[in-house]
Amino acid sequence: MAMKNRSLLLAPLTGFLLIFFVVPMVWFLSFAVRETEVPRALPRSLEVLTNWQIGEAIPPEVYPALAQDMVEAADSGSMADAARRINYELTGARSALSKASRQVRRAAEGTVFDEQFFASVDPILTSPDLFAVMKRAGATISDHYLLASVDLQRKLDGAIAQVPSENRVYLAVLWRTLEISALVMFTCLFLGFPVAVLLTTSSERVADAILILVMLPFWTSLLVRTTAWIVLLQKEGIINSALISLGLISEPLTMIFNRTGVVVAMTHVLLPFMILPLYSTLKGIPKGYMRAASSLGARPVTAFFRVYLPLALPGIAAGCIMVFILSVGYYVTPALVGGPADQMLSAFVANYTTGTGNWGLASALGLILLIVTSVLYLVAQRLSGGRTISLG
Amino acid sequence: MLFGLVCLAVLVFLIAPILAVIPLSFSSNSILSYPLPGLSLRWYESVLTSPKWYLAFVNSMKIGLAATFFAVLLGTLASFGLARRQGPISSALRILILSPMIVPIVLVAVALYLFLAPLQLTNTMTGMIIAHIVIAVPFVVIPVLTAIEQLDHNLGRAAAACGARPLTAFFRVTLPSISSAMASGALFAFAASFDDVVIALFVAGPDQRTLPREMYSGLRETISPELTAVATIMMIFSTLLFLLMQSMQRKRRRMLQSASHA
Repeated sequence: MAMKNRSLLLAPLTGFLLIFFVVPMVWFLSFAVRETEVPRALPRSLEVLTNWQIGEAIPPEVYPALAQDMVEAADSGSMADAARRINYELTGARSALSKASRQVRRAAEGTVFDEQFFASVDPILTSPDLFAVMKRAGATISDHYLLASVDLQRKLDGAIAQVPSENRVYLAVLWRTLEISALVMFTCLFLGFPVAVLLTTSSERVADAILILVMLPFWTSLLVRTTAWIVLLQKEGIINSALISLGLISEPLTMIFNRTGVVVAMTHVLLPFMILPLYSTLKGIPKGYMRAASSLGARPVTAFFRVYLPLALPGIAAGCIMVFILSVGYYVTPALVGGPADQMLSAFVANYTTGTGNWGLASALGLILLIVTSVLYLVAQRLSGGRTISLG
Repeated sequence: MLFGLVCLAVLVFLIAPILAVIPLSFSSNSILSYPLPGLSLRWYESVLTSPKWYLAFVNSMKIGLAATFFAVLLGTLASFGLARRQGPISSALRILILSPMIVPIVLVAVALYLFLAPLQLTNTMTGMIIAHIVIAVPFVVIPVLTAIEQLDHNLGRAAAACGARPLTAFFRVTLPSISSAMASGALFAFAASFDDVVIALFVAGPDQRTLPREMYSGLRETISPELTAVATIMMIFSTLLFLLMQSMQRKRRRMLQSASHA
């Protein structure tokens, strides 16, 4: 077929993915650096503040402008969003702003909205801090969410500093995500390696049977497997009642809705992703090498560490990275079998999108997740010469 | 010996939990533990007569089949466009097409949720199908692209030499030789859609709830034996898909072998 016609064949899928994958992703990730709430709700106040610098006296014209913004923003419902956004950086601003907004709208005709009026509602409303935050959050783009996603903030003078220790959350979540992923990865490696070796030493028939045992859970729905683990591990579950009736324990063990449950269930899901790349590498190691090593006088352990393991390394790396990439993005399993202290980055992205609706932070945390995944993927590509993904 | 035991333990770890659920679904009361107090089909009855599970099953099938159809169509066309092509544009397109598989699913779901909502496509069948096409397409392109690149160029030339017009040659020679790759891509695509819960959590409304989505809600509450019955039914379903896949791959391997012998 001619080259030109062939390019046309690519057009439908490329177009589809541009519209329904690339654009949504870029749009979502753009919230990490965009400020939308304050510019929408308080355009007049921001205009007055254009030439104002922190440290100067607050221009008195800003108060009537703020009052007028409040009247119009309350109608469109954007005032609440703006107040919440300002509150991220200045605690107490939210209630003060909504209180002021109510009083402005209820004020008798002819009321002068000046510094005194706002100061009487709440002194925070005439503080330079409020206007400094308002101005920063009123820019089209800002680094507020990116900084917040790694527990940093800008102080009122603009310098970057750590958030107060009681508010530090996200670095710990990132660390926890990496920790759980690493734990799952090593568990998969230790459980998967023997099975991969067994596959290479078995006859073709036995190997096929084992592969079916490995692949069958892989095809079983994630939710089905999660159901199974809950049934097995819960307090009144199969394992606990078996252990109790055998007299091995008297109190049921807590094996689910904690870290154990998460690691066990995730290992179960991801084990095939370790076994398959390992197997395909180990298959390629000539059997004679180990025999040669032992005939040259190497003990089995030495032969394993000096000959077999180095040759297995590409497969180990491929399997580990694959498992790690998949774990880092896990959401459903920790949500169902983990406790609050086992929720990973994905859960925060999800909750901030729907729950409290902090899209900026959801996006910034999502960006971190995407960067971690892409970097690992690129490393995997490098290691395997561009053949990471293969199925079947 | 120890090695054998370890391997056995790992295989038991893989299979036993799944199998342990099945007998519980036949329990005659609602305690999810052994020994079973008695056998009954009451949980199956309550699942099979429940409008909620019926709707979920129909939704899963509809969305899965529609997403698979479009993923195979778009993915196969694109694979023909991509095959045996080098250069920066081609590798960029490959990355684009494969990336829905690499990007954490929660990001895809959230992004689609924010994007589809203003278009009024969240809480609609169309929205769910679109989202599932995105995640299913890589599963089609991988096997089909490989199959096209392994195709013997001379086959097409032979067909032409024998007087077949290009379209005839395509439908009579090229398409049949990649059909098993397309079928396995379709199975993977369907499985990807059928297994998804994260996208359903964000994009589906009450009327588009799929089986995994309904199970997710069930698991968040106290887990009932009804769920073990649904799990058993889904297990049978996925085992069938798996066996279909196995037989197809065996066929493909045979075809490749006979092609290389020829």
